[in-house]
Order: sequence, then structure tokens, then C-alpha cells
Amino acid sequence: MTPLLQVRNVAKLYGARIGCTDVSFDLYPGEVMGIVGESGSGKSTLLNSLAGHLTPDRGEVIFDTRTDGPVDTVTMPEPERRMLGRTDWAFVHQHARDGLRMSVSAGGNIGERLMAVGDRHYGSIRERAADWLRRVEIADSRIDDRPSAFSGGMQQRLQIARNLVTGPRLVFMDEPTGGLDVSVQARLLDLLRGLVREMGLSAIIVTHDLAVVRLLADRLMVMKDGHVVESGLTDQVLDDPQHSYTQLLVSSVLQV
Amino acid sequence: MSDYNFAYLDEQTKRMIRRAILKGLAVPGYQVPFASREMPMPYGWGTGGVQVSAAALTPDDTLKVIDQGADDTTNAVSIRKFFEKTAGVATTEETAKASIIQTRHRIPEAELTEDQILVYQVPIPEPLRFLEPRETETRKMHSLQEYGLMHVKLYEDISQHGAIATAYAYPVKVEGRYVMDPSPIPKFDNPKMEMAAIQLFGAGREQRIYAVPPHTQVVSLDFEDYPFEASKADHPCDLCGAEDSYLDEVILDDAGNRMFVCSDTDYCRSRRDAGHTGRLGEEAA
Amino acid sequence: MIELNNVSKSFTLHNQGSAVIPVMQNATLSVKPGECVGLTGVSGAGKSTLMRVIYGNYLAASGRVMVGGVDVAKAEPREILALRRETLGYVSQFLRVVPRVPALDVVAEPLLAVGTPVEQARNKAASLLVQLNIPERLWGLSPATFSGGEQQRVNIARGFAYDYPAMLLDEPTASLDAQNRATVLGLIETAKARGAAIIGIFHDEAARETVCDRLVDVSGFSPKAMA
Repeated sequence: MTPLLQVRNVAKLYGARIGCTDVSFDLYPGEVMGIVGESGSGKSTLLNSLAGHLTPDRGEVIFDTRTDGPVDTVTMPEPERRMLGRTDWAFVHQHARDGLRMSVSAGGNIGERLMAVGDRHYGSIRERAADWLRRVEIADSRIDDRPSAFSGGMQQRLQIARNLVTGPRLVFMDEPTGGLDVSVQARLLDLLRGLVREMGLSAIIVTHDLAVVRLLADRLMVMKDGHVVESGLTDQVLDDPQHSYTQLLVSSVLQV
Repeated sequence: MSDYNFAYLDEQTKRMIRRAILKGLAVPGYQVPFASREMPMPYGWGTGGVQVSAAALTPDDTLKVIDQGADDTTNAVSIRKFFEKTAGVATTEETAKASIIQTRHRIPEAELTEDQILVYQVPIPEPLRFLEPRETETRKMHSLQEYGLMHVKLYEDISQHGAIATAYAYPVKVEGRYVMDPSPIPKFDNPKMEMAAIQLFGAGREQRIYAVPPHTQVVSLDFEDYPFEASKADHPCDLCGAEDSYLDEVILDDAGNRMFVCSDTDYCRSRRDAGHTGRLGEEAA
Repeated sequence: MIELNNVSKSFTLHNQGSAVIPVMQNATLSVKPGECVGLTGVSGAGKSTLMRVIYGNYLAASGRVMVGGVDVAKAEPREILALRRETLGYVSQFLRVVPRVPALDVVAEPLLAVGTPVEQARNKAASLLVQLNIPERLWGLSPATFSGGEQQRVNIARGFAYDYPAMLLDEPTASLDAQNRATVLGLIETAKARGAAIIGIFHDEAARETVCDRLVDVSGFSPKAMA
């Protein structure tokens, strides 16, 4: 089986300071990988480098495209990379307002990706938008409301709908549950879990919340100071951490 | 007269603007940046159009200036006077006699010919601006033809009003490539943009010039199930009886009486001169 | 089916002066299809640790842990996940509850994961819940609100929903009443009969006698025994 994403020695430097370095891994179709680490460990830098929001200083990010097979997205022409960003890739931001157009209705937010790939039938765009609202548990009567009228949890679910409407194969998520109430988080996680399985999505989830990766991720990568210090099966890394930093991280979680 | 260089601007500036115009004609719909000059009038009064006209004028030209279709409104009168004084060119109110027509927010009703140039005054040249505030991003969207956002605006219209409610500055796609703001002309005028005359657009404050060469394809954006419609008030002109011209609504008193008249004053007058009369034609005349 | 060869396991506590705690050495064990092996040994002897090493939950320090042709000690995460999905089942002592997922779906999940049609998976799950005396009015609720005993039964139902060729059972009969205990032992017998290789920990001696074909004392794998 061809990996969906092959990451080879990716590094992103901020001048002399290391954002992240020497990161390599393969992500297979349907796999969900978590990246954990404290603030400043380089996990968000890595995610943005993989998703094409930052240009890595070194390394390759090879994606198995539908038409041409595995292609290095770092050196791929920008129009193609941006096209990937609207079709096969999705990016869920921590703050919904970074990923939504706040002045555009919920339906317009979801429809944007469809229109971006050439859908020109209002009725069908609207139908699919309504369908996706229901799938993320938002009443379709809210289709013409702006996201500013939504709660934080609803905004986040809307952002997910907006991202998944074109049926992407790889979803990047940056702290998708950050800043939400615990009860709202649980609902969102359950929703994500369902969608990931239903759509056979591959995902890379950056978070500092170990409970989130325990629930969503098959595999885990632990980062510290820009380096990957440990990786493996999620429950193995969490239950039998090998690296001193991972042990510290796991033992620092408060038990409820 | 001799106190000014011909048409106010110095020759180097006109050269720079002509280059921008030529580039605009070569890449229809593409917004060419240019070094807009301070003009002796405020921004928003047509400084972009005036600079384009100044660069296009020759001593043999005949100039017509309209504001919302009318030759006799403040803006039109002052710009016409400006060129009478600084260029000494002949001016006219008759569309057919003009070689250069500077316009604010209308296209004349009479069909233009290949001997004519239509110069638009443009307040905001970027059609994507209200949805995407970042200039770096809109430029990238143009260069990569990422125009989905434009349809988001139309989608919002339909979802809120049941139809595409955008009535002016209705976005068009030029020659299958660039999405362009046609300036705030009523969408009634959009179909006329596929014309024989050269169309030049000048945005003074925003420092952009763009152009549509003669007989270029100009398509108004729409949805398959909500096709573009060039709408106007459902009335004939009360003065000349024209059924096919864009109308202004004029409130006559505070008892609810009103009349609809051609916004193109020259068109209306020429029809009345030819003997056509509308509902209120006799008394008004 | 399950074959351990010279497996050792130690924990290194980096944050406590890098203390190395060896917990298992030279563990060698083989279980054939249709066989049930009971692990014995005093509490803390390493029975659960051994199970977790086999399940890939703990990383073996050395040796080979072959399950259905895959060396768990060296396999890639996705290989272990595939193994857990298709070959190796594990009934732990506690149910890890996912918020908002109803009991019926918790039980049906292993079947859905291998592509069983939803209807069929739900029917199988329902019949297991009936066998284990979970009242039908609870099926639509998340087990988070259930009593400890109910959670344990849901956990067992989930573990037996799919017919794994190899199974690890960590005290499946603990805290069950006589009737449910009999049901669970019946499930284990059925699994053996269809050829499952089973390793179990049973504190309940009678249960151990009933289902285990042989016993392995894990004290034999403890590092002290080597010293």
C-alpha cells in the first residue's frame, strides 16, 4: 500500500532558532496521527509546514495525489498546492474564526469550497450545505445565519463541515478542541471520530490534550524543542512511554 | 490655455498612463497598477477617469462627459469644463458625435462604435475586496483564477433575497479569464459591455487601470438555476416613451406622485426630438 | 497462534533517577488454536504486564512476540492496529468509555471495524447484550452512566462481538454473579470450540478449572528467578 503522505526530513527554521527539524514519517490511508508536545515544541510549525502554510527549509512532503500519484508538495507549483488545499486537503484551525468567513452565512461558508471547484448550481450547493449542517449536528434552519450568531462549539462544527464538504482525504487539525467547554469538546470529539471512520479520513491532529489523542489517534508523535522524541502506537506511547519527556508529560496529567 | 500642458498632465505622466492602458488592453480585465497623480479635484470625483481621459485625448477629439447618464449634473459639468479649459478640445452632449466619453456609473443607451473610447470612473476596482480584505490574497486569487469566492457573494444574495440582488457593480468574467468589477454601472448595462468601442477603467485613489478591448467576451457571473438577468424598472420613460432604456425614478411631490425618466439624458432628448412622447411628455416639454 | 520467545520487559523511570525496573525476563510461551492458557502467579508477578506486551500496549525490551505471524515487538503501529482489528481481541478489566456512544454501538464497533454491515453488527451486539443481561432500555445510553458490573458486561460483550482467532482475557469473570459468570464461561468455551487461542487471567479458581487447558505461572518469568 502506498502511504498517503510521506514526510522526509522536514525542517523549518526561524533564523537560527529551530521550529522543527528532522521530522520523517509515513501516514497511510485511514490513519489518524496525533502530534503532542507543550507550547513551543514545534508541533504547530510542523503542521503548518506539512499543510503548505509555511514553506519548509528542508525536506519533502510527498502526497499521493489522485491523478499523478506521489508528488512532493513542497516543490509542486503553487496553483496545484492551493488546489489540493481546496479539494483533497482540509485544515481545521483552533480558532473557528480563522477558518470561517464570519460575514458569510453558514450555507455560504460550506458552499465556498464547492463553488471553488466549479459547482454552479445554487440548489445543489444549498442542498449539500444543509446536509452537512445536519451531519455536524447543526439544525439546517440555521443555514442562513452568520457564524457570529453561533456558539463556539457550533462554529467549530461549522468549520469542520466547511472543510469536509469536498470529501478530502487528509485533514490537518490544529488543537480542534482548544478553548471549548469539556462537554462541548466531548461532542466534537465524538463527531470527529464518527466522520473519520465513516469517510475513511486520514488526519494529523496537533494538540496538547492527551485525552484527545487517546480518543482519536491511532498513532502518536511526541515533540520537544522541535524534535520528535518518541513515536508509536497511541496507547503504547501513553501507557509505556520510553522517553523521559513523554514520561513527564503522561505523569503530569491530572486524574479526574 | 497656455498655462497648462495639453490636458493638464505632463507628457511623462501621460506616457506612463498610456503604457498602463496598453498593458490593460493586452490583458483584458487585469488590473494594472499605475502611479496615480494628485488631480485638482477630490478622490471620488473621478480622478482615475480624468487621468485616463487626459492620457487618451488628442486635440482633434470631441469629449462627452456623463454622470449617471446625465450630461448636466455637477460632476459631468465640472469635468467637461476642466478639459475645455486645460485641453481646449471640442465637447458635446451627443453620444454619436463624441470620440471619447467619460462616464460615471452608466453606459450610453446608443450603441457605441469602433471609433469611440468609453472611459469609466471606478471607485473600487477589486471585485473580491468585500469578501477578501487582503490585497496579497486577492492578487493571488486573480493570478490563479480562484474565483469561487465571487460566487459566494452571489450565493449570499440568493439565500437572503431569493434572487441575485446585486443590482450594480455586478461582477463579470472577461474573455474567460479575469473577473472584473465593471464599476458601479447598473447590471442592466452589463450585456452592453460586449461592444465595438474601447472601454478603459480608471481608479485614481486605488491606482489601478484596466481595460476591455473591442468585441471582447464579457460574461456576467451567475448560477445555472439563477441565471443573470439585466433588470430595469418595469415602465416606459414618462418623457419619451422608451421601453428599452434604463430609468431613473423621480419623486414629484409628497403625495406619492412620481415619474420614470431615461437616465441617459441625451438618448431621451434625441427621442423626443424625433417625435416620441411618454405619459408626461407634453406637460414636461 | 500466539508464541512468545525470550521476551523481557523493563521500565526505565527517567524522572526518578533513571531507575530501571526489570519486570520480566525470558518469557517463553506458546498457545495453539483452540487452546486456553491460564496465567497464574501472585499479584504483581506480571500477569497483566505479559498480556499488555502481547497486545502491544507495552513495548517489549527484547525477544519475539508472534501473534498470527506478526511480531508485535517490532511491528509498525498500523500493523498492530490491523492485528487488533482482525486477529487479536482483548477484554481488559475496565471499559474505556467514549462519551456519547450508546452501549449497543460500543459492542457493535469491533464488527463495524472489520466491515460487517451495520444491521448484522447491531443484531449480533443485541444478542450478546441479551445473553449478558443488560436490559434493553440501557442499550441506547452511553455506558458512562452504568454501574461497574454493567460496564464490565458491556466490555465482555464488546470483546466477544467479533470472532477473533486469538484472545486475551484479563479477569473476565471478576465481580460477576453466578448466572453471568456461567454465560461468560460459555462464551469462552464457544470461542475455544471455533479454534480461538486464548490467554486468560482468572482469579476465580473454579472458572480457571473449567476453561483452562493448562496453566503457566508467570513467576517463572520474573527477573529474580534468574538471579
